[in-house]
Amino acid sequence: MIPVPGITLTGQATIHGAALFAPLSLSLDAGQWTCLLGGSGVGKSTLLRLICGLPTGAEFTGDIRASDGGDVSSRVAYMAQDDLLMPWATVSQNILLGAALRGDPRDHGRLAQILDRVGLTDHAAKKPSALSGGQRQRVALARTLMEDKPVILLDEPFSALDAQTRAAMQDLSAEVLRGKTVLIVTHDPIEAARLGDNIQIMSAEGLMDVTPPTGPIPRPVTSLDVLKTQADLLTRLRKVPT
Amino acid sequence: MSRWIAAVLSTGVALALWQTIVTVADLPRFILPGPILVAETWWSHRWIIAEHTLVTASEVVLGLLIGISLGIVTAIQLASSRAARVVVQPILVFTQALPVFALAPILTLWLGFGLWSKIAMAVLIIYFPVTSAFLDGLMRTPQGYLDLARTMQGHPMRILWHIRIPAALPSLASGVRLAAVYAPIGAIIGEWVGASRGLGYLMLLANGRAKTDLMFAAMLTLGVFSILLHLLVGYLTRNLGKTD
Ligand SMILES: Nc1ncnc2c1ncn2[C@@H]1O[C@H](COP(=O)(O)OP(=O)(O)OP(=O)(O)O)[C@@H](O)[C@H]1O
Ligand SMILES: [Mg+2]
Repeated sequence: MIPVPGITLTGQATIHGAALFAPLSLSLDAGQWTCLLGGSGVGKSTLLRLICGLPTGAEFTGDIRASDGGDVSSRVAYMAQDDLLMPWATVSQNILLGAALRGDPRDHGRLAQILDRVGLTDHAAKKPSALSGGQRQRVALARTLMEDKPVILLDEPFSALDAQTRAAMQDLSAEVLRGKTVLIVTHDPIEAARLGDNIQIMSAEGLMDVTPPTGPIPRPVTSLDVLKTQADLLTRLRKVPT
Repeated sequence: MSRWIAAVLSTGVALALWQTIVTVADLPRFILPGPILVAETWWSHRWIIAEHTLVTASEVVLGLLIGISLGIVTAIQLASSRAARVVVQPILVFTQALPVFALAPILTLWLGFGLWSKIAMAVLIIYFPVTSAFLDGLMRTPQGYLDLARTMQGHPMRILWHIRIPAALPSLASGVRLAAVYAPIGAIIGEWVGASRGLGYLMLLANGRAKTDLMFAAMLTLGVFSILLHLLVGYLTRNLGKTD
């Protein structure tokens, strides 16, 4: 297993000279899930894209570093709300995309393992258009896993799914991404309460740390502690000025 | 199916109207021959027409193959190099502002009266639509795909091959369909300027000898050929944009 670093982002961002977010410091603890909530447009996706090394509309001043001092953007895998599956490629080809783009040999043994873990073995030869939204998101998760990166950045990955599919995806992701450093941006307080080892609410002023429920993730939806945190998060989110 | 019925019906109505006008106004055959006479002439000249059609068809098909290949290669080259785009794109746009038809005489001078000056004319006409449609598709890859590829540390040429080209195939298909419409026009213009074979030559010859019925027979043959070509190209490109 590759050593898993924590990530720290410190800094501030402006768009066309206007502040997007005040100086803040976001720490992703090694091997833990960090959930980032906050109103629309506060810059959650921008933060995540900065860690990925992707272009953003904002100018960022500050730094992003890994706890082991190594490079950050080459060790992250990224998954967004849009599954970004190539419609012309099969499920297997989509999962192997990273290898194809780098010219690495395709690891068919690992592919078979991952297909099995996410329950897509029977769909391997299908095109994405033949899959349901939940299945497509499982393909995207499989593609993320195939990358075998220690840091996983998820931008509202399940927000387009119905409630029960979303809960199933949360369980699956928590299981298959165990041990990795994960940042998940979400609008869903239940998701944060179920998955967050560390929960942050982002606003223009900065980050607010919220105490997560007890117990290992994925926490059951029926746990009183999870329900309390969910209510607490919703209350705080409604108070944050947007 | 009802589209076909409608097409047959409207063609029938147009032909009936045409024959009625010719009969009622008692027009001389060198001014406007009726469809019945044109059909008779077509049948009695069918071998000559077929021979000339074959010539024009080979010019069109070769022109299409060469023009499309050149367009594809150019678009890929331009898509993979910003410097090339900056230099070449204005030239491409400028050549489009030129009336390419005006080049037909010079092409004949350079390439002679044979097939190649017509093929060159067809290539000139279709090269730009194919290049620009495909290049447009290559430059409009959905940003999400490119972001994903970047987080995967993809190699630019491999991103082109695995993502940008497949994503641009529907654009290429529309460029190719447009080319199929333009190519016969290019070949005919080439033939008008100087040729001893081909439907364009036959039309000009018939016109010069006041054989208007033969002119119409050749023209309608060209029309049918163009429609068949359009359908064939549509059929061949139907899978380019398909995703399942
Ligand atoms: N490419 C861009 N160019 C200019 N401005 C941008 C760009 N991308 C985002 N922005 C702006 O930056 C701000 C933060 O955007 P961001 O996408 O990070 O918000 P978010 O917190 O993820 O919102 P949401 O919850 O709606 O996804 C927004 O005001 C947005 O309009
Ligand atoms: Mg966002």
